[in-house]
Amino acid sequence: MPGLDDLYREIILDHYRSPRNRGELPPPAAHAVGHNPLCGDEIEVYLDVDDQGLVADIKVGGQGCSISQSSASMMSQAVKGRPISEVRALVHRFKSMMSIEEPSDDPSVQNVKLGDLEALQGVVKFPVRIKCAVLAWNTLTEALDQATA
Amino acid sequence: MTLDVAAVRARFPIFDRQIDGQALVYLDSANTSQKPAEVIDSMAEFMRHGYAPINRSAYRLAAEATDAFEGARTKVARFINAPRVHEVVFTKNATESLNLVAFAWGRANLQAGDAVVLTHMEHHANIVPWHMLAAERGIELRWVPLTADGELDLTDLPRLLDGARVFSFTAMSNVLGTITPVAELCRAAHAAGAIAIVDGCQYVPHNVTDVQAWDADFLAFSSHKMCGPSGIGVLWGREALLDAMPPFLGGGNMIADVRLDGFTCAELPAKFEAGTPPIVEAVGLGAAVDFLSCIGMGEVRRHEMQVAAYALRSLTERFGDDITIHGPTDVEHRGATFSFAFRGIHPHDLSQVLDQRNVCVRAGHHCAKPLMRILGAPATARASFYVYNDEREVDVLADALDSATDIFGF
Repeated sequence: MPGLDDLYREIILDHYRSPRNRGELPPPAAHAVGHNPLCGDEIEVYLDVDDQGLVADIKVGGQGCSISQSSASMMSQAVKGRPISEVRALVHRFKSMMSIEEPSDDPSVQNVKLGDLEALQGVVKFPVRIKCAVLAWNTLTEALDQATA
Repeated sequence: MTLDVAAVRARFPIFDRQIDGQALVYLDSANTSQKPAEVIDSMAEFMRHGYAPINRSAYRLAAEATDAFEGARTKVARFINAPRVHEVVFTKNATESLNLVAFAWGRANLQAGDAVVLTHMEHHANIVPWHMLAAERGIELRWVPLTADGELDLTDLPRLLDGARVFSFTAMSNVLGTITPVAELCRAAHAAGAIAIVDGCQYVPHNVTDVQAWDADFLAFSSHKMCGPSGIGVLWGREALLDAMPPFLGGGNMIADVRLDGFTCAELPAKFEAGTPPIVEAVGLGAAVDFLSCIGMGEVRRHEMQVAAYALRSLTERFGDDITIHGPTDVEHRGATFSFAFRGIHPHDLSQVLDQRNVCVRAGHHCAKPLMRILGAPATARASFYVYNDEREVDVLADALDSATDIFGF
């Protein structure tokens, strides 16, 4: 059995203890809510996209386990200030790291750096928890769709 | 006299299994129970040597299979002290049993403005069918609230029941472990002219059940929580009520006659058992009833009260304010199912850490989201004990909880 050290890396616990970009954004920011019906975890994503198509600001709310909350926190840091196209590529990179999407052949997706998010790689060894890690990213996608609709 | 837990445990092959060299500490029986060899063997034996269709063929093998299936019904009827065997209807599970009553009885008897009374501690299975019926029929739902100790607050019950047609409630909460005063609630329902529906899913596997002493109108429960197989559940109902109800599902077995212009229902219980029923599962449920009856449900309850008292005492002494155990503190008013919060560690993380020690607990909302909102906890960890668990496993749980602090001690 994989050890808990693979799952609960120090950087994950740090983001869980001190989540970044917590809060809300007023309208017209896009706002999406994601639920994990199995465990009751909840993530809210507020997203401001500016005229140039950059993520000008992102705030995260909700409650849940260390994996869902740290994933949301790290995600918020990773996408802030980035163009939408890169954010979508990052979503794809993250989901393929979680083994729920096929890795892309597109070099622009392959070249997107995960940075701290690499720490969540160990989650794949605990398949039940993949849903926790991905919740924030599905909610982000929903917010992106709203913001670009 | 105390129960010989080691002897009981030895009947469950799964406890021979070790994971990473550690014994299985299975504390999730409120979710689903493990199966003794008696149940496993009865089903395997029936499939090897006795399997055939029931109720519709003249050959001996089919007659034997019918006897085995109906024999299980007789055992279940005796187990809950049903006055008539044909009042026992086999369903898929307690959820289907509750849906059957809500839709078959409800559609025939409830109109816009009629009130159905539920409680704040119901499982989704005793909430959602009524919400569905409310959307369809415009019935009103009323709710019995809880006391701070997690028991039903009956102060306002006469007012809530005033003019109500149905009072549907759990006999034991799957989250809080609370055992409700079923006979008193049935009496109150009847005094108001309402029928009393009892969700016995958590209660029946752990206690002596007597539908006549309760004076209940309907009782729903599942086989898989009482050492039997999944795939079969029970609805017991009063003959007069079942007779007056329209059928729920239509198909084979439930008819006396089918014509081009309509059909006539079969007698009870076939009227509510459309299609080929879970035949093998009924045999397994019968074996589970025999297994539990052999121990004695009074013994099962006494044993679980002892384990519950030990768990409450030892966990509170060891962890003090670091642990919050929801529900009643008096074991007379609760079963051995404990939802708890521990040192602010999220239940999902807690159950992950416990799994390292092969301790199996449930983490989540336990299909009781309205109750979880009232508790102010989106999720809890839940440890639930059964006839094969003992005090030693409470200690293993406590040690494993302590190890979670090594990771999440902040």
